[in-house]
Amino acid sequence: MSIALRTLDDGAWISVNDSRQVSVSDVWTLTTGTFCDCSPAYVLLEAFVDVDVDGSIVVAHAVGQCLECGTRDSIERLPVGRIVNDDFYPYDPEDVQWLVEPDGERP
Amino acid sequence: MPTDVEHWKDELYGTEIRAEIERFAGEGWESIPDDERDAWFERFKWFGLYHQRAGQESYFMLRIGPPSGVLEPGQFRRLVELADEFSRGPAENPEFGNGWLDVTTRQAIQLHWIRLEDVPELFDRLEEVGLSTVQACGDSWRNIVGCPVAGKDKHEHVDAGALATELNETFKQNEAHSNLPRKWKVSVTGCDEGCGQGDINDLSFEPAEKELDGEMVTGYNVRVGGGLSRNEPRFARDIDVFATPEQAVDVAGGLSALFRDHGDRENRYNARMKFLVDEWGPEKIRETLQAEYVDFDLETAGDDLRESYSYNAGDADGKHDHVGVHEQVDGNFYVGLNVLVGRIGVDDAYEIADAAEEYASGEVRLTQRQNIILTDVPDENLDALLEETVFEEYSPDPHPFQRGSIACTGTEFCSLSIVETKNRQVRYARWLKENVDLPDGVEDFHIHLSGCTASCAQPQIADVSLRGMKTRKNGDPVEALDIGLGGGLGENPQFASWVAERVPADEVPGAIANLLENFAAARDGTESFREFVLERDDEELADLIEPEETDYDDPYLHNTKRTWYPYAEDDDLEASPAPARADGTPIPSDD
Ligand code: HEM
Ligand code: SF4
Ligand SMILES: [Zn+2]
Repeated sequence: MSIALRTLDDGAWISVNDSRQVSVSDVWTLTTGTFCDCSPAYVLLEAFVDVDVDGSIVVAHAVGQCLECGTRDSIERLPVGRIVNDDFYPYDPEDVQWLVEPDGERP
Repeated sequence: MPTDVEHWKDELYGTEIRAEIERFAGEGWESIPDDERDAWFERFKWFGLYHQRAGQESYFMLRIGPPSGVLEPGQFRRLVELADEFSRGPAENPEFGNGWLDVTTRQAIQLHWIRLEDVPELFDRLEEVGLSTVQACGDSWRNIVGCPVAGKDKHEHVDAGALATELNETFKQNEAHSNLPRKWKVSVTGCDEGCGQGDINDLSFEPAEKELDGEMVTGYNVRVGGGLSRNEPRFARDIDVFATPEQAVDVAGGLSALFRDHGDRENRYNARMKFLVDEWGPEKIRETLQAEYVDFDLETAGDDLRESYSYNAGDADGKHDHVGVHEQVDGNFYVGLNVLVGRIGVDDAYEIADAAEEYASGEVRLTQRQNIILTDVPDENLDALLEETVFEEYSPDPHPFQRGSIACTGTEFCSLSIVETKNRQVRYARWLKENVDLPDGVEDFHIHLSGCTASCAQPQIADVSLRGMKTRKNGDPVEALDIGLGGGLGENPQFASWVAERVPADEVPGAIANLLENFAAARDGTESFREFVLERDDEELADLIEPEETDYDDPYLHNTKRTWYPYAEDDDLEASPAPARADGTPIPSDD
């Protein structure tokens, strides 16, 4: 089965196989230096712009703001969950996330 | 590449959706194929049906949009009956109970917790009294807003009610205009107070007059490309067109078709008319409209009445809203009633419907400040009407903090929201009323709270603008608000500037109290708050805010977004009773 991935309702959430899986407006924890200088950076996601799959990892293109320093920027490749045997397993926003490099490797 | 939404709209959109809704309703929520849900929920919006947020699956919001907010005799009562019967959720709201109507900032009514299975009956009973949900959401002509007291108002210059009705009849369920790149919000103003709030709409008709063939004609000036969403607020821009009432429908149709053909269908973020106006400029919009979309010579703009606009204007003289008792042109009165954050419980709503029928014509009108108006009250009935106890709460003379409060839907039902809104705003207004004195002569003070940057509560055009955010307090993430100051409409509208960011929500009432104290101390004579803000730069203003904890208690500081319903006893997403069958029994998940 192929995976249907899309953002909906103006970037309010990421839909995986027609079910709402990842919601905007949550605070994600990002490692140092990936978004701003804060360590770690607590970033409020304000909208999902796009979503893609990189191997088995679902990566979002989002816009967010750091809660400490106020930096507002886009996040190109935020891993939001994994697909295993056609099922989606979302990551917990509170666990530290790395940004996925375009070649699929984690730094 | 066109978006999924465009693809679904190409397959099936517009009036054909109705039969599909009826079919799914007949077979039950579970009959919507798993892999078609996103597509169907997107299409359902065209009929005013909006799937509620995560944790509330199988429940819908239903929006009913009467043009200019005019509810004919009997229509308000019918809405109350439907709310009573069909709009009840699995848990209570501590401020509002269970069963209510929301009056929206675009003069519509929203009902929540609607079951798909009940929708055909809802449609029938709405239609029976002449109401409709058509195009209340979705990518097309939304509810047309305008002067709610059109036809009765002493300030009226041109019959905006007639135009709003004609536009509604022409462009609702009109094949050529039913699939636009994005929502299309139209406003018609007929009065010299500017209560249609045209400046924040995609298309705005505003009263004007112009000499044509030696004769003074009243009609409309046209502006396009206003809107507040996405951190990209725009006021509608003047395209230098005057339309007679007869031409106005063709001009509207031309502009809607121009947007249909030239709006961005590749990127929904860039799809609104405001961005096309940014890209083209008002001159090119006018030239294209003239060359390709109307077959008569457009007139240049006439003389407008903007100088006297006072609605939601902050510093102008004149009425800032419709609240209070006002004489109509026919010698009867209209009574504008304050509805705090737009929500009316069904028991109160029945009493209001009774009073409207007993003492007046039974008409109820909805305003863009989330309030209601009872029209056609004869002089001799005024006192008796006002003595009804329900009008102690829904008051024609409310405290300024209650009168000025607007709040959007928020995390209670909206998937975009970052924070709880309506209950919080009720608690803010209550605390401010008890603890804060407004400076001398300040009778209007508008505080608008939106849960996110979509700006449904129109935060950027208030004295104090509040917008949902998060912050960390004592190591934990808490709900917070950005604070903006000094926005308002009027002749020269102004968006608030965001001067304080990420203020924990429990420190906001203290911040407003300190701000008002500082304003009273530093203000120049009788200077209005909006003028005061205009005189100062953001840094100076930020210093005046001073957030602090007070005895205000905020029960919604934790992440209300991560609940299935923020007020449920067990609010954990895992405890959600949704999705449920029509009788409310939860549907077990199959994985
Ligand atoms: C479940 C989600 C949503 C809910 C419950 C909601 C609710 C509302 C309500 C109650 C209103 C006023 C009434 C009306 O249109 O009749 C409104 C207006 C508005 N909505 Fe939403 N909305 C939602 C999603 C959105 C989205 C996705 C956007 C844009 C990205 C948006 C942008 C706006 C704006 C800008 C206004 C008002 C300001 C104006 O007149 O331009 N809303 N919404
Ligand atoms: S402003 Fe945001 S949170 Fe509030 S109703 Fe609109 S979309 Fe939802
Ligand atoms: Zn930072």
